[in-house]
Amino acid sequence: MSSGTKQSLSPMQAAWQRLMRQRMNAWALGFLAALVLLCGIGPKLSPYDQSQQDLELKATNPSMGHWLGTDPLGRDMLTRILHGGRVSLEVGLLATAVAAIIGVIYGMTSGLAGGRTDAAMMRIVDILYAFPFINFVILLMAIVGREFWLIFVAIGAVEWLTMARVVRGQVLALKNLEFIIAARACGAGFWHIVWRHLLPNVMGPIIIYASLTVPGVMLLEAALSFLGLGIQPPDASWGVLIQEGAKSVESYPWLLIYPGIFFSLTLLALNLLGDGLRDAFDPKSMSQQ
Amino acid sequence: MIRFIVSRIVQGIIVIFAVITITFALSKMVPGGAVRNERNITEEARKAQEEYYGLNKPWIVQLGLQFKHYATLDLPESYHYKGRGVDEIIASGFPVSAAVGGAALLIALAIGVPLGAYAALRPNTFEDRSSTLAATLGICTPSMVLGPLIALLFGLKLRWFNASGWFDASDWVLPALTLGVIYSAYIARLTRGSLRETLAQEFIRTARAKGASEGAVVFLHAMKLACLPVLNYLGPAAAGLLTGSFIVETVFQLPGLGQFFIAAATNGDHQLTIAISTFYAALIVTFNLLVDILQAALNPRIRLQA
Repeated sequence: MSSGTKQSLSPMQAAWQRLMRQRMNAWALGFLAALVLLCGIGPKLSPYDQSQQDLELKATNPSMGHWLGTDPLGRDMLTRILHGGRVSLEVGLLATAVAAIIGVIYGMTSGLAGGRTDAAMMRIVDILYAFPFINFVILLMAIVGREFWLIFVAIGAVEWLTMARVVRGQVLALKNLEFIIAARACGAGFWHIVWRHLLPNVMGPIIIYASLTVPGVMLLEAALSFLGLGIQPPDASWGVLIQEGAKSVESYPWLLIYPGIFFSLTLLALNLLGDGLRDAFDPKSMSQQ
Repeated sequence: MIRFIVSRIVQGIIVIFAVITITFALSKMVPGGAVRNERNITEEARKAQEEYYGLNKPWIVQLGLQFKHYATLDLPESYHYKGRGVDEIIASGFPVSAAVGGAALLIALAIGVPLGAYAALRPNTFEDRSSTLAATLGICTPSMVLGPLIALLFGLKLRWFNASGWFDASDWVLPALTLGVIYSAYIARLTRGSLRETLAQEFIRTARAKGASEGAVVFLHAMKLACLPVLNYLGPAAAGLLTGSFIVETVFQLPGLGQFFIAAATNGDHQLTIAISTFYAALIVTFNLLVDILQAALNPRIRLQA
């Protein structure tokens, strides 16, 4: 650590240093980076196609040719897991992006408007919290035919509530601070203040809540696919693979266990990273560790 | 306090009617519509059916009819299960979901609170680290992975319980265990964090200085405050158990509400989708209200505010 040298760090750099100080966080980040890389290029390097069947082979144990074995249709499990991982990660990231954008816009508007508008907008959020959203998502998926893009729009549209609350709280705390008033006094326009002063200062909480949203979103996608309402076979996501594995768990338990391990480890890494980011951006919460 | 409860009830009624409207609008987006999905049906029979269900009226009138159904609690018939009221179907599915969900919540509390408290009382020891790690692993285990594995182990291998179905009096055990173990992990983490925070507060030091025993400090003084975040979590947890019920009811093939809902959503039984969504909303609203009241009863600061 070179904190002895009197070098001034930006809040982002300081947070990064605090994040990397915990070994678990570095492991989680390393795992996720490796996973993204593997899921990105793995299916292309594999000699098999994820949907390529080998009906004579059927389900086999791991071997030199198929490192994680094959499923009852003779498809290579490792290729399918990596391909499915890419789909699951894509849905997780895109749906979180949708949720973050809605939440940030809503929360900022509410916080900046203040007064009655703010109270009304936050009352709407309170009311939305009591909605049985899972029913809406299931209904939506049943209606509009299980389109890929619809999955993350539907999930994103229901996961923005907490983000909106967090951003609004931050904006309320920030908007009357001296540096904002000073900027306004200097003649800075509304958008300049939002873009250059407010947004960078709420970026920390946005990143924290986004990273905590990703695992929840991935679980929701897996649940939908598991119920047959999300990604449709022969395309694969981890939810689809887990569903196929669950069907044949008595004869071939590894078909459930392998994708399950990949999924659980990914959720674990995302959760650790989310907690780590929270501690890194907010040193006060370290006391709870 | 009364004013608070009344305002929450009004808010709950708004939620319920908003849910009816949204579910109604979503189900109108289904291509074809309920009656048209039936095959081998003459034009007159179709007209007669639409007439019977009021489907030939303008949408806004149909929505008004829905409101009337729910305001007067005179619930309509299902499209799919002919001659059965949606309330009858809910009455047949809900006991299954409620038995599993209620047992899961009790299991989650019975494992989670002691585990979290145990870890909080031994900060940074091996026991603390390992129980926290166990809780984190529990959070990261999806119910659709854990469920089939539990069914395989206790149902198919050990044969202690049925691996699926709803026949014996003990069939709630495995699905409730699946959900309960996962939720106990969340509750353990919450309990640990809030108990540690509470134990560091001044009133705990005062209690110790008075000479209160360690047991009295933890259970009489600290736990009362420390369980507030856990209580607060029970609202979202109840909603989460509903979501979880879709998964475990599929895994264990239980005839619960979740299964009825998925079937209704896929075969265009709008009356039933609207009814079950509304029922879920009413459940969540009621649960949140109960949590709020309990919280006010436990926490003097909230009580004084209201």
